[in-house]
Amino acid sequence: MAPQKEIEVQQKKEVASAEEATRSARYYVPGTDIHESDDALDIAMEVPGVARDGVEVTLEKDVLKVVAQVDFSNYEGLEPIYTEYEVGHFQRSFSLSSKIDQGGISARVENGVLHLHLPKTREASPRRISVH
Amino acid sequence: MTTGMRALDALLDLQRAIAASRRSGWLGASTTGYGTFPPVNVFRQGDDFVLVAEVPGVDKDGLDIQVKGRQVRIKGTKKLDLADGASVHRRERRSGNFDRALVIPADIDGDGARAEYRDGVLALHLPRSEADRPRSIQIS
Repeated sequence: MAPQKEIEVQQKKEVASAEEATRSARYYVPGTDIHESDDALDIAMEVPGVARDGVEVTLEKDVLKVVAQVDFSNYEGLEPIYTEYEVGHFQRSFSLSSKIDQGGISARVENGVLHLHLPKTREASPRRISVH
Repeated sequence: MTTGMRALDALLDLQRAIAASRRSGWLGASTTGYGTFPPVNVFRQGDDFVLVAEVPGVDKDGLDIQVKGRQVRIKGTKKLDLADGASVHRRERRSGNFDRALVIPADIDGDGARAEYRDGVLALHLPRSEADRPRSIQIS
């Protein structure tokens, strides 16, 4: 049997952005897993508190940008007395090395995790090169 | 846009209060430690408490919550769904088991406690037990 592994808390990192936001809300860097298979890139981002309509994904000049907004109305009327983490929106960008089929991108949010599926274009799929 | 503005005010109030209460002594003398997964925020709502924890990627059925007296226990497993045969570019998310107990400084009415789970955020509504409610005292 595999030994039980305890999870440690990951402190949220605030986004250090060159451009300033017009609204004075804080943005944090979501913890992200990225996996590449032969035909696609799969990205999983932890965005707790973000509903489906709070996510905005853009792909421009091979830069993938994700902005995820938390709904703060749930916190109205609550008075914080003990806190261990900060609450804020999420934002992160990645430069993509492979050519992505923009029309084929799909996204879903499940249990506070944003899953992005980015299929590669045909010419970006790997070709096996045989050695003579 | 009034609702939007109010939501933003709520956010700024929350962040200010969070920054200020980091150093508060609340839960300071209890056995509860800082740095255990999942991280929690505790709020007051009238006489009652609301405990909020971020557990992204955990399924609703994978959470086990128990309330007894002053103690709240949150147990569960966080799994990552990895595709077979994919190569990893980044691995920042953590997975594993968690089991955290917290002591709330008031008796909780276990029957009235309520749990909500949405978008990776767990909210526990913990009403104070009747015996532990503050009473107004008349000056005679």
